[in-house]
Amino acid sequence: MESAVKERKPRQDTSRRGATAEEMSARQKEVSVSEFFVKNRHLLGFDNPRKSLLTTVKEAVDNSLDACEEGGILPDIAVVIEDLDPRRPATAKSSRYRVSIIDNGPGIVRKQVENIFGRLLYGSKFHRLKMSRGQQGIGISAAGMNGLITTGRPMVIHTKPSAKQPAHHLELAMNTKTNRAEVTLDKETKDFPPERFRGLSGGTKQLSSEGTFLSPDVFTTGTSVSIELEGKYQKGRGSVDEFLELTAIANPHARIIFVPPSRVTQDEVDDMLPGTSAAAAEEGKSELPAQTSETGGVIVYPRGVQDLPPETKEIQPHPKGIELGILLQMLKDYELKEKSGTLYDFLQECFCRVSAPTAAKFCKAIGVTSRTKVSEIEPPQVEQLFKAFDDERLAPPPTDCLAPIGVRQLLAGLLKGVKAEFYAASTREAEVYRGRPFQIEAAIAFGGDLPADQPGRVIRFANRVPLLFQQSACSSFKAVTETPWKNYAMQQPRGSLPVGPLVVMIHMASVWVPFTSESKEAIADYDEIRKEMKLALMECGRKLGTYLRKRQKMRRESERRDVFERYIGEISKALNAITGEDTRRLYDALLEQARRKTAVADQELDEDGKVKKQAAEEDFDDDGVIIVQSAIAPIEEAVPVGPLDFDAPARGAKGKNPSGKDPSGKDLSGKDSSSKGSKGKSPTAGGGSARASQDLAQDAKPAKRSEPAIKTKKDLAAERAAGGTSESSGGAPSGKPSSKSAGRGFSDDDPRLF
Amino acid sequence: MAKKSDDKGASGGKPPTGKMKERDVRTQAKIEALAHEIVKRSLTGREPAVEIPTRTKSNTIWNKKKGILEMGDGTAERPLFDLKTAKQFMQTMLHASTIQDLIAAGKTSSLRGVFYKAKHTVAGTKENTFDTQDESDPILEDLEVLLAALREELHVFAENRGSMVGNITIVDKGDEIDCRRMGSGGYAMPSIVEPDIIQFKKCEAKFVLHVEKGTVWNRFNEDRFWEKHNCILTHGAGQPPRGCRRLLQRLNQELKLPIICVLDNDPWGHYIYSVIKQGSISLAFESTRLAIPDAKFLGIRAKDYRQCGLDDAVKIDLTDNDIKRANEIAAYPWFEGHKGWQKEIAAMLSNGFKMEVESLITKDISYVSEVYVPERLKAKDWLE
Repeated sequence: MESAVKERKPRQDTSRRGATAEEMSARQKEVSVSEFFVKNRHLLGFDNPRKSLLTTVKEAVDNSLDACEEGGILPDIAVVIEDLDPRRPATAKSSRYRVSIIDNGPGIVRKQVENIFGRLLYGSKFHRLKMSRGQQGIGISAAGMNGLITTGRPMVIHTKPSAKQPAHHLELAMNTKTNRAEVTLDKETKDFPPERFRGLSGGTKQLSSEGTFLSPDVFTTGTSVSIELEGKYQKGRGSVDEFLELTAIANPHARIIFVPPSRVTQDEVDDMLPGTSAAAAEEGKSELPAQTSETGGVIVYPRGVQDLPPETKEIQPHPKGIELGILLQMLKDYELKEKSGTLYDFLQECFCRVSAPTAAKFCKAIGVTSRTKVSEIEPPQVEQLFKAFDDERLAPPPTDCLAPIGVRQLLAGLLKGVKAEFYAASTREAEVYRGRPFQIEAAIAFGGDLPADQPGRVIRFANRVPLLFQQSACSSFKAVTETPWKNYAMQQPRGSLPVGPLVVMIHMASVWVPFTSESKEAIADYDEIRKEMKLALMECGRKLGTYLRKRQKMRRESERRDVFERYIGEISKALNAITGEDTRRLYDALLEQARRKTAVADQELDEDGKVKKQAAEEDFDDDGVIIVQSAIAPIEEAVPVGPLDFDAPARGAKGKNPSGKDPSGKDLSGKDSSSKGSKGKSPTAGGGSARASQDLAQDAKPAKRSEPAIKTKKDLAAERAAGGTSESSGGAPSGKPSSKSAGRGFSDDDPRLF
Repeated sequence: MAKKSDDKGASGGKPPTGKMKERDVRTQAKIEALAHEIVKRSLTGREPAVEIPTRTKSNTIWNKKKGILEMGDGTAERPLFDLKTAKQFMQTMLHASTIQDLIAAGKTSSLRGVFYKAKHTVAGTKENTFDTQDESDPILEDLEVLLAALREELHVFAENRGSMVGNITIVDKGDEIDCRRMGSGGYAMPSIVEPDIIQFKKCEAKFVLHVEKGTVWNRFNEDRFWEKHNCILTHGAGQPPRGCRRLLQRLNQELKLPIICVLDNDPWGHYIYSVIKQGSISLAFESTRLAIPDAKFLGIRAKDYRQCGLDDAVKIDLTDNDIKRANEIAAYPWFEGHKGWQKEIAAMLSNGFKMEVESLITKDISYVSEVYVPERLKAKDWLE
C-alpha cells in the first residue's frame, strides 16, 4: 500500500485517477477477523455444502471431546443431523440441515458462552503449548457464523455446567463487524439434554427407552449446540459418517451416537467405504458388543476402552523451537511482568529444559552476568542469545505434555472400526520438531474383508482428530508411500500406496500440529515428522511381514496336514485288513503323528488363539499385534475333507456301502458312526478319542474355512464369553467343551461325532 | 512289461484247495510282518515308513562273472509324512492289503485287476487312491522287491504276450500242450511260467529262435522253419515281457537250448537283446530268473545292407534320439568291453541308418527264413 502511494506522487496533478494518501487513509480501517473469514470461508473448510456440514460436525465434536477430557469425563457424544427440507426436489444440490452435537462434558459457565461460540480466535487453546484437538479457537464460532450466513438462523446452545443447577438456553447470532455475539434469547431451562432429540425417530425412541441415548443419568452436565446451515448430506469419502467412524477409532474411550438425517441427498448413496464398520453396520451384520451397531438408522460407536487418555501438561517453549521475533516479544512481556527480572531467571522460567547452569552458560555466552536485568539486554545481544540457543546441546522438551493414543487403544479402535484379520500398532518415542515435542503412532490392519486389489487406505489423525482431505499433501501420506512395503510381503507400485487389503493409520500427537492450512486437513511436511512416521510404519510393517510369512508357513503346513489326513484313513483301513489292529486306534495314532509333524500349523494357531483371547479381554499383547484368526480369508477352493467312514468295507472293491446305510451317515447305533456329507466341515474322527482329533481337525483348516465374517464375530464373542477357559487348547480333557468348539457350532454331543 | 490287460477284475486261477500252498503262507507272513512293523511304528509314535530297494540304474550292479545285472542294496525310504511319498505310502499299503486278499482267496489277478481292486475314492474327498494303472504297476513292483517275493507269489499276472511254436511238448496247469500243433497262432506264453505251472515234457528241439515281433514270427511259422531246423520259435511282441523271458530262460537253463535272437538293426533291437541277455534295470532283482547270459544276437547286422545286397529303400535314417540311445547302449558295462558289439554299434552309426527284419523281404518273401537265418546259423555268424 505504502509503495503504491509513493509511486503516484509525481503524477498527482495530471490525473485524478489516483487517490491522495489522505483520501486513502479515510478508507483504511481495521478488518475484523470475522469479516475476513466470511469472505474466506474455504480457508476454514466451508468450501461447499457437503464440506460445510462435515466441518460443522467436526468442530463441534472436537470441542466436545476436548471439553470432556479436560473435565475428566468419559465422553458420550450424540451427533444429530435433521433434514429441515425433506420435500425438496430430488435434483436439489443442497438442503437445509440442523446439526446438533450434545455432549456430557463439564458445560460452560454462562458468561463465557458468547465468547466461546460467538467470537473467532477466542479460546483457551491458542496461547498454550498443550496437546488438544482445537488449536486456534476458530472452529465452532466459524461454524456458527457459516450457519448464520447461509440460513440466517442463530446458534442454539444448551449448556449445563452443574448437575444441580438448571441449564442455560441461549441463541446467538454473530456480528461479523464487531466479532462479538448478539444474544437473541437467554433463559434457564430444565430441559437438558433436550427432550426433543429423544423422540426424533424410531431409532432414537428405541435407544432412549433402553436408556442408551441422551440419558439424563449420563448427561448430568454438558453442552448441546445446534446450528442450522445450508449443506448436503452424502455418504462415502469425506462424509460425516467417515469422520465419526475415524473419530471413534482414534478415540476408543468415547461413545458416539450418530442420528443421520432421514433423507440423503439424492445424487448417490456414495460408495460405502469397504471393510469399515459403518458398511458392516449397514448390512446389519455386526454382533459383537464392542462393534459399531445400528438401531433404526441410528449408528452407535460404542466405547472400546474405559480409561480416559492421560491428562496432558502444558509446557513452556523449548529454546530450540523459538524464533527471534518471539524471543524479543517474550523478553518484552517478561520485562513488563517483572520490572527487575534478570535474564538468568527469565531463561529458567519461560523455557523448558533450561536449568540454572544452562541459564548461566547462556548469560556468559552473550557476555552478561546472572544478575543482568532483562531490560538491560540490547537487541544485538538477543540475537547472540538466539544463536547460543541454537548452538547449545539441550535435552529435548518433556514429553509428558503428549498423550499418544497408545498401542492398546489403537488396536482397540481399529478392531472396532475395521474388519481385518491382522492388526499391528506401534507408538514411537516422542521427538522434537522446531522445539515442539511430537509423537507419532502408526497402526495397520490387514486382510479380512478389506478389498485386496486396491491401494491401501490411509487414515490420518492429528491429536486424535481425523484428517479427511488433502491426503496427498499430507506428510503422513508421503511417509506411507516412502515406506518399503515390498519388504513386508506387500505389493507397492513405485512411489505409490501399497496395494492390498490394508488400512494404514497414522496419528500425530503434538502440542502444536503444523497444519498446512487453517482448515486443518494435512500435516506439514517436516523432515523430522516424516522420518518418525516412516519409522513407525516400518515397525508395523515388520510385524505384518512376520505375520504374513508365518501365515504362509501355516498354510503350507496345514495343506501338508490335509494331505496326510486324507491318506491316514486309507492306511488305517488297509493295515486293519492285514493285521486286524483296531482301525480307530491306528487312525488316532497316525493323526497324532500327523499333527506333530505339522506342528507349526498348530503352534501358530494356539499362539493366535492366545492373542485373540487377550484381545477379547482387552489385554493386548506386548508387541502390539492382534490376529483375528477366524477372519483369515479362504485361500483356495476348499477340498472338503470328509470324515472317515469306518463302517465301509476296507476297500472299494467290496461294494459301496452294502448295508444300505444312509450315506449322510447319522447312524447312532454303532460306535463307529459314519458322517459323510457335512459339506465343507472339518473332518471328525468320532469315537471316544474324538476330542483331540476334532480339535485338530478344526485347527488344521484355518485357511480353508469360508464362513462368513459373522462367524468371526461369534467366535470372538464366544471366546470373550468363555473367558480364559482353554489355556491349553489342544489337550482339553475329553468331554469338556472348549470355547473353541462351542464357537464353531460343535459340541461333544454332536451326533456327527458319536 | 505287461501293459493294460483286457482282463478286468479278479480272474480265476485254481480255486482254493483247502489248505494254502506253503509258498502262499510264506508270502502272507511277509506281508503281515510288513504291516505289523508299520502298526508298531504308528502306535509307538515313530514315523511309518517302508524301505524300498531302489530300482534305478544307479542301484544296478553289473555282475561280470555271472554276466547279469543285479540289484544293489540301495534303498529309498518311503515315509508317510512326506508330501512326496505320502500318497505312494498309502498306495503301497492298499496293494499289500489287496494282495493279502488275493492270496487268502487263492485267486490271481491281472495288473489291471489289482489296479481296479484298489482304486476308489479316498473317503470324504474327490481324490482317487489310484488314478491310472501307471501309478499302480510300479507300486506292485515295489512290493515285489519290498517283500522279496515274485509277482506270481503275489498272485498277480500280466497280460499274455508272445507266442511259441516248435518241437516241444509242455504241460500247462495240467494240460498237455503240443507246440507242434498250434496252427498259425502258436501257444500264447502266459505271464507266469514257473515250474509249478508249466513243465517241459518232451523236447526234440536243438535251439530257440527268438524273433522280435509277431509279423516276423508268422513268416517263420508259415515257412515251418522250426520243423525244418528242429527248433522252437518264439516272439515277445517287442520288448519281451517277464513270462516270455522267464520261459526262454528256463528253456536255456533246464533244456540247455541256445537262444538265438533275430532282432531289428536299431538301438531298440540292441536294447531288447541286452534285456534278454543281462536283465533289465527295473527288474534287476529278478535277473537270476530272467537273464540269459549266453543268448546270441544273429541279426539284423549293420553289415547286412551290403552283404545281402539290400535295396536303398530299406534304409531308415537314424534320428538324433537313436544316435543318443546307441551311444548309451555302447556305454553299458556289458557292451563296453565287448569288441564285437562296439564294432556293431559303430557300424550302425557309420551307416547312419537302421533296418528292420522285414527289410529282408525286399530280396524275397521267404529270404529271411530260407536263406538269411539258415546261412548265418550254419556260419555261426552271431554276436554274443
